[in-house]
Amino acid sequence: MPKITYIDHQGTPRTVDGEIGSTVMETAIKNGVPGIEAECGGACACATCHVYVDDVWRPKVGDPSPMEEDMLDFGYDVKATSRLSCQIKVTGELDGLVVRTPERQA
Amino acid sequence: MSEAIKTDVLIIGAGPCGLFAVFELGLLDMKAHVIDILDKVGGQCAELYPEKPIYDIPGIPYITGQGICDSLMAQITPFGATFHLQEMVESIQKIGDPLFRIKTDRDKIFEVKVIVIAAGGGSFQPKRPPIPGIEAYENTSVFYSVRQLESFRNKRLLIVGGGDSALDWTLNLAPVASHLTLLHRRSDFRAAPDSVNKMMALVGEGKIDFVLGQVSVLQGEGGQIAKAIVKRTDGSAFEIACDALLPFFGLTMKLGPIASWGMDMKDGEYVLVDTAAFESSVPGIFAIGDINWYPGKLKLILSGFHEGALMAQKAYHYVYPGKRLVFQYTTSSTSLQKKLGVA
Repeated sequence: MPKITYIDHQGTPRTVDGEIGSTVMETAIKNGVPGIEAECGGACACATCHVYVDDVWRPKVGDPSPMEEDMLDFGYDVKATSRLSCQIKVTGELDGLVVRTPERQA
Repeated sequence: MSEAIKTDVLIIGAGPCGLFAVFELGLLDMKAHVIDILDKVGGQCAELYPEKPIYDIPGIPYITGQGICDSLMAQITPFGATFHLQEMVESIQKIGDPLFRIKTDRDKIFEVKVIVIAAGGGSFQPKRPPIPGIEAYENTSVFYSVRQLESFRNKRLLIVGGGDSALDWTLNLAPVASHLTLLHRRSDFRAAPDSVNKMMALVGEGKIDFVLGQVSVLQGEGGQIAKAIVKRTDGSAFEIACDALLPFFGLTMKLGPIASWGMDMKDGEYVLVDTAAFESSVPGIFAIGDINWYPGKLKLILSGFHEGALMAQKAYHYVYPGKRLVFQYTTSSTSLQKKLGVA
């Protein structure tokens, strides 16, 4: 199973197993990783599963879709590396992925 | 004060569960009024997920959020519920056994025997942007909605956002303001392309400014904003002097005044109900759908429908005390079919 590491805003890392086909948001919720709220349940209808994707992973993870960009307008401290974790599918290629959670969700 | 609207039941929330409650109550001859803070019916399904698929409505393999709302509206047509949109219940007073006096934020008064809270995650409210200390300026120089254009005349305005609200108010306030700046995180907009074009034309004519960035700090005194510090994507910062800030960051759900209506709550967030009638600790006030809690609760639309059906059975005895209720099926009951207008 691909490993995913979530680093909270204080720098504490948590590494969990991700299931291929699920999302980075679902993996966090399932494993009780703090810092991701996912108010809307993964419908790309809020911006409370906002994460920053580490630069080295950005090419593999890819850019947000236009719809996701629209939702990111509502995020807190949105940066060039921002993504909504409900829109990142876990694949074998993402084994070792590192994402950071913002200080707060919107 | 306006005269009280007297009816059997007031349903708070026009989401799927509130709408279906109209149906279940209607079959049992109870008239309902429905109140909702949004400008349309459908609650979260219409506001957050209109195009999103729903796969777990029994008997309907696939339907969209808007689709289920439209179907429910068609289904409840025979019962002629009255809708009060863009309105919120402020207070509930118990004046009988049970009889409630309800006041809305538009000073409307209802007198009903039964209240059904079907408020989902609470009422939709403008989202507060994540700017430290913004609360101190709210309603003095930071506004989440525009009530009167005139109150912004000859002021320096900073509007933030890229959706329809931000663009619409930019276009409407441009002729009124002494100076207007639209600030957005990026150069793409969610708003309708036509509004964006009109806005860009105003920028081209030098009538307004459009800048890229995000507000990081507000400066001012005694609730009066003086300037906003804006961060560019590259991390550098600059200032925008302004008299008022209008952030349009979409909507979020807030519980609102529900917790102050005297019902027992779960974690201060959900209305505790029994599972026989989904009634709260205050007799005559029921809660169905995402807003309630009981052991085993699942936040599913189908659960909310079930809750509405059982609620109506008990509500009947408050509306028609002493009257016997005969359980009937829509499939075979002529009297139910008459109510539905099909017999």
